Amino acid sequence: MRRFDLALPESLEDCLKTLAGKPAGAKLLAGGTDLLPQMKNGLLKPAWVVDLSRVAELHKLAVEGDELHIGAAVTARALELDPRVAGRHASIAESGALVGSVQVRNLASVGGNLCNAAPSADMAPPLIALDALAVIAGPNGRRRVLLAEFFTGVRRTVLGADELLVELVVPDPGARSGGNYLRHTPRRELDIAVVGVASQLTLGADGRCAKARIALAAVAPTPVRATAAEQALQGQTVTPELIERAAGLAVEAAKPIADQRGSVEFRRHLTRVLTRRTLTTALARAGALARASA
Amino acid sequence: MKKQVLSCTVNDEAVEVLVRPYTTLLDALREDLGLTGPKEGCGTGDCGACTVHLDGKPVASCLMLAMQARGRSVRTIEGLAKTGQLHPLQDAFVRHGVPQCGFCIPGVLMAAAAVLAENPKATEQEIRYGIAGNLCRCTGYTKMLTAITEVAGASARGEG
Repeated sequence: MRRFDLALPESLEDCLKTLAGKPAGAKLLAGGTDLLPQMKNGLLKPAWVVDLSRVAELHKLAVEGDELHIGAAVTARALELDPRVAGRHASIAESGALVGSVQVRNLASVGGNLCNAAPSADMAPPLIALDALAVIAGPNGRRRVLLAEFFTGVRRTVLGADELLVELVVPDPGARSGGNYLRHTPRRELDIAVVGVASQLTLGADGRCAKARIALAAVAPTPVRATAAEQALQGQTVTPELIERAAGLAVEAAKPIADQRGSVEFRRHLTRVLTRRTLTTALARAGALARASA
Repeated sequence: MKKQVLSCTVNDEAVEVLVRPYTTLLDALREDLGLTGPKEGCGTGDCGACTVHLDGKPVASCLMLAMQARGRSVRTIEGLAKTGQLHPLQDAFVRHGVPQCGFCIPGVLMAAAAVLAENPKATEQEIRYGIAGNLCRCTGYTKMLTAITEVAGASARGEG
């Protein structure tokens, strides 16, 4: 690893001051499971690294009012196991459980997964499908950005060099809402998604689909929403035939590349299959949660 | 690149050691504290040979900077056996002759110990999931599973 200096802020204010005082090139370190491998192989050579492990606010996981607050440094393992990240938020837990091994998940953070901004990041689609907001702190205060608009390209986000991601705020999708995240990998464990799909369906009192969200990973430079498929579902009674039609429409949002993990054709096929499966599971979960709350 | 003071607990003992900012926890354990049980296999979190417990949870120590362990409790394979007695998992690994080349074993034992600490009666499926992050190039997985499930089974029968 190329040598660097290490800042050890104890609070968010400390952290912002540190960032403001450093020339561009400081990297924020949370779990390190993406950052350290990139530094070890020479892809990244920061002069400064800012360790976030003692910035308490970034480790917060809490339900406040109608919102679920997930601090940027909350680990994948915590999301996998925490009872507050279940039920209508089950897809977030599912994505957390898919990242790396237990040893990696105990380090890897949700903020790191998002800020590293790999097109295949597993934690992005469920949060996008739940309309999560990214809370960003900078020298001029805080701003909120819809997570769907957080990514600007491969390994690029809206974050400025003097800003950091503080937390994700997930609005309550309501009692009659269910979601699911699935990805395809050649191996069952320790692999990177060839395609990942998260679906979230919220039913109205009449049983029709009030809101549909479908987010895709690894089929474009950034995670993308399949808006045409969402619109086809909204206001309708969700049947297997409609799910099949929506799955076909989701393929239109996929603009994949071909690489060693899969061809364009294969990724488009997977988008259809995984959209169908996640919508089917999301519908069943929404129905079950609606009955449980009735 | 001034050295920084790392204060933490390692295997139940308070330690204070000077480390460079870019030293990983694994290197500090091995080079500065002489704990060579944790191994560097891949250095990128794929193989699990560097597994240690951080506040009781298994982590890849090759992916952590040493300074990130400040104020926290680290346990390595050297601290798994307490009061001079082998941990039940170590005892089972010896009896079943699990180690072949032995390189992966400290990591496997720490991963397995974490599974059983969380759930002493873990099923074989849960054990497989818990050690999925540990690679054994000798492919000695079958004996590992036999040994770990035996310990979990003894707990399940109330013998543990």
